[in-house]
Amino acid sequence: MASVCFYFQVHQPFRLRRYSIFDSHANYFDDFNNAQVCRKVAYKSYLPANRLMLRLIEQFRGRFRIAYSLTGTVLDQFELYCPEVMSTLHALAQTGCVEFLCETSHHSLSFLYSREEFTQQVRRHQQRIQELFGQKPRVFRNTELIYNNDLARFVEELGFEGIMCEGADHVLGYRSPNYVYRPAGTGRIKLLMKNYRLSDDIAFRFGRRDWAEWPLTAPKFAQWVSEVNGNGYTVNLFMDYETLGEHQWEDTGIFEFLSHLPAEVFKHKDNDFKTPSEVMGTYEAVGEIDVPHMISWADTERDLSAWLGNAMQSNALYELYRMEKQVKQTREAQILEDWRRLQTSDHFYYMCTKWFSDGDVHKYFNPYDSPYDSYINFMNVLDNLRSRCRGILKPAVESAAAQHVTS
Amino acid sequence: MLGWEFPPFISGGLGTACYGLTRAMSKLGAEIVFILPRDVEGAEGTHVRMTGPMAVTRAAAGSAYRLREFTNVVFRTVGSGLSPYQTPQTYQEQLRRLEAEHWTTQELSEEFARLGRSAEHYGADLFTEVQRYARLATVIARDETFDVVHAHDWMTFAAGMAVSATTGRPLVVHVHSTEFDRSGEHVNQRIYDLERQGLQAAAHVIAVSHLTRQIIINRYAVPAEKVSVVYNAVDMDGRPLDTQRARIRRDEKIVLFLGRITMQKGPEYFLAAAKKVLEVMDNVKFIMAGTGDMIRRTIELAAEMGIGHKVLFTGFLRGEDVDKIFGMADLFVMPSVSEPFGLVPLEALRNDVPVIISKQSGIAEVLTHALKVDFWDINEMANKILAVLRHPPLQATLREHGNFEVRKFSWEDSGRRCLEIYEALLAPV
Repeated sequence: MASVCFYFQVHQPFRLRRYSIFDSHANYFDDFNNAQVCRKVAYKSYLPANRLMLRLIEQFRGRFRIAYSLTGTVLDQFELYCPEVMSTLHALAQTGCVEFLCETSHHSLSFLYSREEFTQQVRRHQQRIQELFGQKPRVFRNTELIYNNDLARFVEELGFEGIMCEGADHVLGYRSPNYVYRPAGTGRIKLLMKNYRLSDDIAFRFGRRDWAEWPLTAPKFAQWVSEVNGNGYTVNLFMDYETLGEHQWEDTGIFEFLSHLPAEVFKHKDNDFKTPSEVMGTYEAVGEIDVPHMISWADTERDLSAWLGNAMQSNALYELYRMEKQVKQTREAQILEDWRRLQTSDHFYYMCTKWFSDGDVHKYFNPYDSPYDSYINFMNVLDNLRSRCRGILKPAVESAAAQHVTS
Repeated sequence: MLGWEFPPFISGGLGTACYGLTRAMSKLGAEIVFILPRDVEGAEGTHVRMTGPMAVTRAAAGSAYRLREFTNVVFRTVGSGLSPYQTPQTYQEQLRRLEAEHWTTQELSEEFARLGRSAEHYGADLFTEVQRYARLATVIARDETFDVVHAHDWMTFAAGMAVSATTGRPLVVHVHSTEFDRSGEHVNQRIYDLERQGLQAAAHVIAVSHLTRQIIINRYAVPAEKVSVVYNAVDMDGRPLDTQRARIRRDEKIVLFLGRITMQKGPEYFLAAAKKVLEVMDNVKFIMAGTGDMIRRTIELAAEMGIGHKVLFTGFLRGEDVDKIFGMADLFVMPSVSEPFGLVPLEALRNDVPVIISKQSGIAEVLTHALKVDFWDINEMANKILAVLRHPPLQATLREHGNFEVRKFSWEDSGRRCLEIYEALLAPV
């Protein structure tokens, strides 16, 4: 019995405007650019994909089941720039065949810096998903599948029943990602690990003509899925939703592939589609997975180096989280929201110098000419945020001091 | 090869480039006859001053020599007043100085008699001198055998054409700068004509960047297939990254401008950005190391802007002084208006100094670990200067990655490219 477990990641950051040291306004985010990108991706990817999913769900009368994780920032952007996407998402929620996962509301690295902030973001997001889609998420995924034992334990205490991570070779060893596992040190929570080979076949290699398996047809892929039988229970296909239409353009045939896939999978009697919760409900954990150090689904290293690989990145993150107390003390909703939007991991991804000299995937949606420019921009914005906080807190401190004197 | 005086007797990139290229090509086994002009009185700024009859003897003795580093190179000097970066005006000034101080007509005649020519004075103006140099070069060339003629920058083009014509060997012309880079749109028509003539007559043209190549194609009507790009480079001299820089402990940050103080290098933009920086951050000093035709004007400008006390002028630096000043700098800025390549940023990075370079430069095409800015965008320039001075992680990352990147610029690669171009020219058609 092999179940196909699809989970699609949907995210857009609030990109920063060009902000120099001489700027002093509080409009940090490039509304025009963000709107443009959001709409472009919506028309090329999200909308056609959502419609396709709805069609397939209807066609197969509930046997085709999938999961999404939507960040708070992308939901904000849909509301601001592209409400059509929201209506298709509502429709998907109503089919009862779609599970929504939970993550940090702002796609942040907060777990690494502030458990308190992390908890707040997760709780707020859980609530939002429930309000929007009538589902309380039970499965959690951290930003960019950043994961280790501590995270699993913490998330279990927050009440989640399941968590996702990358099926990295150095963690699995001889074992296969096609089973349900238990994170080391936890009692109840179950772990689903991404089958990166099959996931990346669709997400990265699908359109590449120099790939040995090109063209990837639905029957061929369904055959690969079926081969898992006897050797695993679940085929975890975790990927960016933008794969459908944006990373893999329509002319690669990606939508055709997906539209034929369920039928081909069902031709093998033992196979079906399950959501993450259903996988965890059906299958017991077969063993423990011990991940003491952080892993992720990014780049070939599958570690934190995409966001924390150089001095600029660690400095920026450090300075950002150092402001937490100040920001929360101001009790200003806009300041808090600005600070949270600055936490989105993309900002730090843009500062990565790993392969800067060779053009690479980091540059694809990078609005900056160079990682140095992104760092400079970010720090200038942070400076301004800091002075806004000071501006609010200082008079409060002074008046408190004055009161103390007079009383 | 028709080139220019090597370091430390030079003032600028032309000599450095000739040095690097010749050394690399010599190591690769190419045999080179290197003809260069030498004004025996000494190029501007040399410490040694020759006087009287000794000068002539030295000229006679130094006319053909070898250097240990350059095993395959013979140097032949020609007594000439030509030097890099001259303009017709500066040539006149130099000529007046020469004739007034050390050379008598008699001494000049003796020197040229030795060369087998009738007595000739230095040319009365730059263009005459260029033609005279061409004739003298041809005389020397007749004594030598070679396959290719390689001329560096416009002043040697006439010589290159003459040698090529008399010996029938193909001419390769190497453009380190064009009149448009040096003088903006107010080009000297005669210099432009000479450049154009050389570019048209050459069998092949080498440009130091794609930026320069485009200028050659667009402004000099040279067909694109005739122009190749060979980037300049820098010698690492086996230096490792200095992670424990012994820094002078001081509170003030230092921002460095190093180069000729002339329109092409954008000194006024440097000062304008400096002023903006000082409005935000006080403990910064700006150093302008170099001299040139705009030096007086630049010093006045600094004073007019009210930042005179924050800007220091060191005059022309060479050798160890250059290393010392790099050792003191927190940041190097090259706001060039039009820079065909730009060797100094590479030297800065080699000395562990992060750089901000103008996008209007050839080196911006190839250097990735540097901050880039349009030369006129002083707000952005100031923004970037302040960012580097205020954020040590930025400075550190730029420094480390830049120092590593600069190692990929090797003169060996440039030399090899030149040799490939020669081979292509000499291959039977």
